[in-house]
Amino acid sequence: MPLHLKRLLLTGVVIVSLFLLLKHALTPDSFGQYGHYRGNSMGEIAALPIHFTGNKSCESCHDTIVTMKNEGYHSDLACEGCHGAGYLHIKNPKTEKLIKPNSREFCGKCHSINPARPEKAITQQNIKDHHPEDKCVKCHNPHQP
Amino acid sequence: MNPEFEHLYQALSKVDGFIYPNEIELSWSILIVLYPFITGLVAGAFILASLERVFNVKSLRPTYVIALLTSFAFLLVATMPLIFHLGQPLRAWEIMMTPHLTSAMAIFGFVYLWYLMIVLLLEIWFDYRYDLVLWARESTGVKKWLYKALALGSDDISPKSVKLDQKLGYIVTVIGIPSAFLLHGYVGFIFGSIKANPWWSTVMMPIIFLFSAMVSGIALVMLLFIIINKVRKQKIDMLCLDTIAKYLFYIIIIDFTMESLDQIHRFYEAEESFEIIQLLISGHLNFTLLVMQVGIGMFLPLTTLGILQFYKPAEKVRQLLYFITGVLVLIGIFFMRWNVVIGGQLFSKSFLGFTSFKLSLIGPEGFLMASIWLIVPFFILAFLLWLFPPWKKTEMEH
Repeated sequence: MPLHLKRLLLTGVVIVSLFLLLKHALTPDSFGQYGHYRGNSMGEIAALPIHFTGNKSCESCHDTIVTMKNEGYHSDLACEGCHGAGYLHIKNPKTEKLIKPNSREFCGKCHSINPARPEKAITQQNIKDHHPEDKCVKCHNPHQP
Repeated sequence: MNPEFEHLYQALSKVDGFIYPNEIELSWSILIVLYPFITGLVAGAFILASLERVFNVKSLRPTYVIALLTSFAFLLVATMPLIFHLGQPLRAWEIMMTPHLTSAMAIFGFVYLWYLMIVLLLEIWFDYRYDLVLWARESTGVKKWLYKALALGSDDISPKSVKLDQKLGYIVTVIGIPSAFLLHGYVGFIFGSIKANPWWSTVMMPIIFLFSAMVSGIALVMLLFIIINKVRKQKIDMLCLDTIAKYLFYIIIIDFTMESLDQIHRFYEAEESFEIIQLLISGHLNFTLLVMQVGIGMFLPLTTLGILQFYKPAEKVRQLLYFITGVLVLIGIFFMRWNVVIGGQLFSKSFLGFTSFKLSLIGPEGFLMASIWLIVPFFILAFLLWLFPPWKKTEMEH
């Protein structure tokens, strides 16, 4: 075999070996343990702090508001869906306050007219024409709209 | 207004009829249009080169090396639009490191590598090795070392080893033809296998992509052949140019037939998706499909090339007509990719509504970004032509 072909073969072997070496070095150790992902990620994700605490934890202090919400149209919504994650507030209720969104755009996120949204399921309003000077919460109590 | 809401309201204003929330914004934009366009140029240019080498079309000899280098320059950039489309481009290598065997895209990485390393690089190397050795002897400085390194330090240009190179180069080209078919057929397969999208899901997709790739690749090499000769102030080999145009004409006929067959089949079957597709063609894709792709990109070139098969005007006129035809074909094929990629995302999979798409000028998915990835291969090609000038190569009998 001529010299250049020998060297070509050698180059090929070097490239393939380099690829396999890289593949070995860059593939995480626990990859493929359970499936096509890093096995260790299961534990890592499980160990993450929980940010959303759920309606029950809100109810333990704000029971009247939660009861009011549960009797209205928004009964299916989670408190934290509008107020944001509550884990810090539960730790320090006095210093860490939750958000109280009250802008027209925020309500419009669900209630503005959108043909992709079923009218029967969600009340929809043209938020540009419907009392544009006022905030929605002036007439509608978000906990019992 | 809060920018988050502004974005939502803007997006909703684009919607027409009923559409699922995840269909409002197109996730694949112009960079994904470029990906099949550039890959098609690679496969098409290579197939033109193989016409000379394997199918022995002698008159195409002057374009052989240009076609190979064009194919190589564009292949180096083919994955860049994909990588730049990713939200996390630095994770792109993971597709190669931990490939999922059921992922069509992961396997494309290997199809791409096979084509780059085994087919193109090897063919170019076998074709250039003799000259690399000669140029290493003649040159000085960095260039000398570069040529020497590229020739893998070997000085062997004995008739026996050169003959062996020719033989091996031929084998690589023979392997290269199905590989080029695989490379671009595969791009078509990625779209054709998406069964939820009636605009894409057709077994014809790989074949249509393949033939449109050949059309665009041949047109590009034809254009480059004219430009390179004009820049070098050389007389254009008209026999060669006429032959490229003849093959371009044949392939456009096949491509046109395949694409028409696909559409006729769709019209005659008239499945439940037919109504929305009809609205798509007559509405959102009206201009890009009927005017740009079919009218300007297919009908005009087909007519011009058809007439030129029977009537041969003066050389200058022919050159101009071939040049214009080449540009029109490239525009047409670009819009074919556009209509597939963008068109397939404009209608809702509920078949009840549309979204719309407006190309932005700047930004990661904008016109400027796409222009960069379309221009870069030409710079790479110019560099390759400077480093490995085909006109200084020793003429070898294939």
